[in-house]
Amino acid sequence: MANTASAQFAEQSAGSGETRRDFLLHTTVAFGAVGTALAVWPLIHSLNPAADTLALSTTEFSVANLQEGQAITVVWRGKPIFVRYRTAAEIEAARAAALSDLVDPAKDEERVKAGKDQYLILVGICTHLGCIPLGNKPMDPRGDFGGWFCPCHGSHYDTSGRIRKGPAPNNLAVPPYQFIDDTTVRVG
Amino acid sequence: MKKLVLAAAAALSLASVDAVAAPAEGVELLKVDWSFKGPVGKFDRLQLQRGLQAYREICASCHSLKYVAFRNLTDLGYSEEQVKALAAEYEFPAIDDEGSDTTRKGTPADHFPSPYPNEKFARASNNGALPPDLSLITKAREGGPDYVYSLMLGYEDPPAGFTVLEGMHYNKYFSGNQIVMAKQINDDQITYADGTKATAQQIAQDVTAFLHWAAEPKLEARHATGFRVMIYVVIFTILAYFLKKRIWARLEKK
Amino acid sequence: MSTEKSVWRRAFEWHEQRLPIVTFLDNSVGTKYPAPKNLNYFWNFGSLAGFMLVTMILTGVVLAMNYTPHTSLAFDSVERIMRDVNYGWLIRYMHANGASFFFIVVYIHLFRGLYYGSYKAPREVLWWIGILILLTMMATAFMGYVLPWGQMSFWGATVITNLFSAIPLIGEPIVTFLWGGFAVDNPTLNRFFSLHYLLPFVIVGLVVFHIWALHIPGSNNPTGIEAAPADKIPFHPYYTVKDAFGLGVFLLFYFAVVFWAPNMLGHPDNYIPADPLVTPPHIVPEWYFLPFYAILRAIPDKLLGVVAMFGAILVLFVIPWLDTSRVRSANYRPVYRIFFWLFVINAAVLTWCGAQLPEGLPLILGRIATFYYFFFFFVIMPVVGWMETPKPLPASIGTPVLKPAE
Repeated sequence: MANTASAQFAEQSAGSGETRRDFLLHTTVAFGAVGTALAVWPLIHSLNPAADTLALSTTEFSVANLQEGQAITVVWRGKPIFVRYRTAAEIEAARAAALSDLVDPAKDEERVKAGKDQYLILVGICTHLGCIPLGNKPMDPRGDFGGWFCPCHGSHYDTSGRIRKGPAPNNLAVPPYQFIDDTTVRVG
Repeated sequence: MKKLVLAAAAALSLASVDAVAAPAEGVELLKVDWSFKGPVGKFDRLQLQRGLQAYREICASCHSLKYVAFRNLTDLGYSEEQVKALAAEYEFPAIDDEGSDTTRKGTPADHFPSPYPNEKFARASNNGALPPDLSLITKAREGGPDYVYSLMLGYEDPPAGFTVLEGMHYNKYFSGNQIVMAKQINDDQITYADGTKATAQQIAQDVTAFLHWAAEPKLEARHATGFRVMIYVVIFTILAYFLKKRIWARLEKK
Repeated sequence: MSTEKSVWRRAFEWHEQRLPIVTFLDNSVGTKYPAPKNLNYFWNFGSLAGFMLVTMILTGVVLAMNYTPHTSLAFDSVERIMRDVNYGWLIRYMHANGASFFFIVVYIHLFRGLYYGSYKAPREVLWWIGILILLTMMATAFMGYVLPWGQMSFWGATVITNLFSAIPLIGEPIVTFLWGGFAVDNPTLNRFFSLHYLLPFVIVGLVVFHIWALHIPGSNNPTGIEAAPADKIPFHPYYTVKDAFGLGVFLLFYFAVVFWAPNMLGHPDNYIPADPLVTPPHIVPEWYFLPFYAILRAIPDKLLGVVAMFGAILVLFVIPWLDTSRVRSANYRPVYRIFFWLFVINAAVLTWCGAQLPEGLPLILGRIATFYYFFFFFVIMPVVGWMETPKPLPASIGTPVLKPAE
């Protein structure tokens, strides 16, 4: 009878021969459980970025042809990157701003590379809800602070890409980048 | 006993399943003791590097390798800088700021380009035949690497009475024995950067090994992971066996 | 009382009261589900099939995240999976070889049924659902093989869909309907992808009914006589642990192929991108379709060949009535047993024939083997069942033979 067998089985569970069998049972079950987890890992890891995606995770571009006062937009990881060659006046204005006036205080010097501080490189995505602010093209409005203006909800960024007015909570992000030679920048 | 017969029946029918893309009938392929053969097979990195050189200098003028990206060449032991430099030797189409066609230097993310702009051009340049892409060639032919190796070295004079058509060449291993591709690999055809003697056999072996890497870049990872998995399964099966015996022993005591 | 129970215990009981999942599981595959105590290892293959179904769904869903069902991108997307996606090579090889192992397991499961008379009353509907599962598996596998869009994918699809043109009057419109065009092309590929994703979940539903239908009478056993309650044991832990062991042994074979011979069961031609203008010299389906392919080509008439091919599977629906024997298990049917083993060898011969060109020896053998296939069901089963004197059946599973069968 099924009940008899399982009742016996339950009785014997409490018996003395139990320690060895329990060890075997627990080891087998644990081994099986660990194996199942290890088997699931490749399925999950396959969702992480693939090799070809990672290969495109850095972008290099040249600023050799960029004139003072000009700006370009490059794509990095599918996102727009603003690169502006700032005029002396723009750098001056950025440095002159008092930290207490800033919504998200940050020094301009910390947002550029030493010796290359005329180049401002930012992720061109408004920190409010993700629109692309205007200001990179010559005829674009630049907002009240000479930087960028987001048309979606009216955020104003200054000549260091910092948020000054409007609903955005943070400054435009500075992506990880470096000058790999005098005129070539690698982002990412 | 029953299980044995069943298994044998299954094995028999599986063993003779005819795979296509077959070599010429009745010819035995040249066999090589490839470093990547067998359960613990591995690629010989220096051989792959020589094979890459052979591919670029001999094959690449007609055969594309579209599924291999330059960044994959780090598998062969090259550094990121070397790979970047190699990629930069290639030009890829681009559009300049005025919208006109121009070219740009290759990057590691690019794949090996095709030598021809399109299929028609390729056929027109090769007597109507299309040189196949080589990324998967050792998996796309019955006999695998042995077949590719044999084919490279299989050019000989046709037997008496065999008519070779215009524009074709006799090959011992190619199905039908006539192939559009002329013999490509000869002794000292290229000079190996590492000084290895470049006999025809050596070149053919090296390029075949390279092509097998191109077809199965994950071969070594597959073997390595396989071992870990099998050890796990063996231990689990042994544990389960003893647990099963113990649990079923309860029935005898009834 | 309840104040002595832990929080976990109380939470568990609260949930069980509202949706008794654990109780249900315990009654169906647990300590409360009785199974005959004498099941041999051929009874492991049902759970192995369930394991393979889950494996195929898990690997398939993940593959579908990276696969593109368009003729110009499909082959490339599979190569990207093999080269760039993390563990993509492993998931792809598990899925492709998983199909083969799923069929190996299901065919053994089916042959177990044929040998031990598991299709006989009262398990006829259980058997029918099994055949429906097999048919759905075949449709799923057929469409799945088309997805990589290699030469065999394309030409196998072309040959098999063309078969429907054999149907008189409506054949051609049906084929155009299946193709969504005038040849196998992008519309065909797209709809095959959609259906290939759908059907495994239909199989899951059929498996639920399959297990439900099984649990009404309970499992058959190697003696073929109904097990008395005293001869039954709880499914858990006896058969759960035996299934776990069986799974381990099975995985040894499965992983050996996945890791060291992942292309053994496939065709080199499928590593060539599909070309509608170049027909491969030998168009061969995957090995698990070969017996039916042999039957198809054994009949010289196109329509009758198609009828014979489908008939070879449909005949399985009526064997509970074709087999007239009162005795279930071939263990006690010495004459039937010989014909059964001949049938197994015959299936292997058909498999071999299916892989050859249909001419000469393979064609002759294929015709003989096709004849025997149907002869076994339509003649052997009824006649031997009626004429044979079976060996005396034991009184019960545990006792030795005491008296002849009634």
